[in-house]
Amino acid sequence: MIQVNRVSKIYPENKTVALNNLTLHIERGDFVFLVGPSGAGKSTLIKLIFRENDPTEGSLYFLNRNIARMRAGELLKHRRQIGMVFQDFRLLKQKTVYENVAFALEVIGKSPKRIREKVPEALDKVNLLSKANAFPSQLSGGEQQRVGIARAIVKDPLLIMADEPTGNLDRDNSVQIMKLFENINTAGTTVIIATHAWELVNLMQKRVVTLEEGKLVRDQEWGRYK
Amino acid sequence: MSVYSLGYSMRQVFVSLRRNLGLALITSGMIAISLIAVGGFLLVALNLEQVFRNIETTMEISVFLNDEADVEEIRQNLDDHSEVLSYIFVPRDQGLTEFGEAMGNIQILTDLTGENNPLPDVFRVRARRVEAVSALASEIQAYSGVEMADYGRETLNRLIMATEWVRTFILGTSVILAIGAIFLIVTIIRMSVMARHEEISIMKYLGASNWFVRFPFVLGGMIIGWIGTIVAVSLIGVGYFRIAESLQTEALAFFLQPVLEPSKIIPIFVNMMLLGTLVGGLGSFISVRKFLKV
Repeated sequence: MIQVNRVSKIYPENKTVALNNLTLHIERGDFVFLVGPSGAGKSTLIKLIFRENDPTEGSLYFLNRNIARMRAGELLKHRRQIGMVFQDFRLLKQKTVYENVAFALEVIGKSPKRIREKVPEALDKVNLLSKANAFPSQLSGGEQQRVGIARAIVKDPLLIMADEPTGNLDRDNSVQIMKLFENINTAGTTVIIATHAWELVNLMQKRVVTLEEGKLVRDQEWGRYK
Repeated sequence: MSVYSLGYSMRQVFVSLRRNLGLALITSGMIAISLIAVGGFLLVALNLEQVFRNIETTMEISVFLNDEADVEEIRQNLDDHSEVLSYIFVPRDQGLTEFGEAMGNIQILTDLTGENNPLPDVFRVRARRVEAVSALASEIQAYSGVEMADYGRETLNRLIMATEWVRTFILGTSVILAIGAIFLIVTIIRMSVMARHEEISIMKYLGASNWFVRFPFVLGGMIIGWIGTIVAVSLIGVGYFRIAESLQTEALAFFLQPVLEPSKIIPIFVNMMLLGTLVGGLGSFISVRKFLKV
């Protein structure tokens, strides 16, 4: 599904080498943890896959299409196949839980009928149907992240990418969030999670890709974060 | 953009205007103030033009005849001349009477009547175009029986210079005001877009197209611009016609009569409407562009 071929990324502003000759393959249906210290290149890799940035060298393919060479229309389609989850949730404060999730479908032009079908379904998957009319400020951190996940899955993406999704949560909520990602993955969606949370990585027993200074240092099936 | 996206965008415009009502009103107000400055200036310019035009068209060539002049022949020449708008003939006796009235005392001129009248017969000639006055005076000067054709050369030249200067000043100031207004409006709209940059960034992460993000802002900007313009046009319109009314009733001088022809006033108001709406839309378009780079 995703092929990363000898990719390097150097940020020109401060000449930081974020990725250094990285090669990686992720298959459809994989559940991958990207781990490593701060500045290892985890977030950069996610940004390159989403095409928020372009690589300095090398190439990335998504479903056999070179991401850096995608034209505007193709890029739009590419991004609509990916659900993003953020550490700081990025919910719209003035919208209710329902409206935040519906927003993901509205911006890609889905019909009101489709939205009425899909949003409750997504909220049910994250167990937040009862809080559909609440505003983000009325929810706990864990609940807010579940809304973020519902918003990511509501458009049935092929890939979910999460950057430190449990960074602002306590242990119990973090475990719940990871279990949600596992359920999503079980249903067929590929999941990539960049995290520092070694305890959770070890608990989940999934594929672990370890980066250090932009290089791949370990890639283990059923791995552990040491 | 799909039909559903379009409908959503339209709804978003009004939701966003309601949520950011304060900023929208400030932006509308700034657009109104800027347009009042530009529109007011254009109206002043239009009226100044008319004042100069009035002064120019009242400029006369005084044609003094000598004793041997054939008045009928000169009259015929003036009738045939294409640059002559009108003329009146003032016989020397009438000239003396007018001079006496101007002095305020006809009695002192009693001894100057008849053969003692020192004044010549005079034609007072008006040209069709102010620019033609000088050449016309020279031509008339060459007519047989004409002693002198005088038109106040100095005054005319000063008037032409003043008109040119005022025109250049008004054009330059209007352009500066318009550019200043656009910068001001773009800055204010950018503030309004910045207040929503988080939302724009989320929209981009959710897969929204640039036009989907941009459209509500551009349409909202146009509505804000349009509201500002309506306020400006209303205030200027009411203010202008009030002033015009008082000038007409007071009739200070014939050349201070304001321009009231719809064919001259309406284009200014229509252009203000277009400018305000365009500036609002364009300002939003420019302002939102920076935030689309996700």
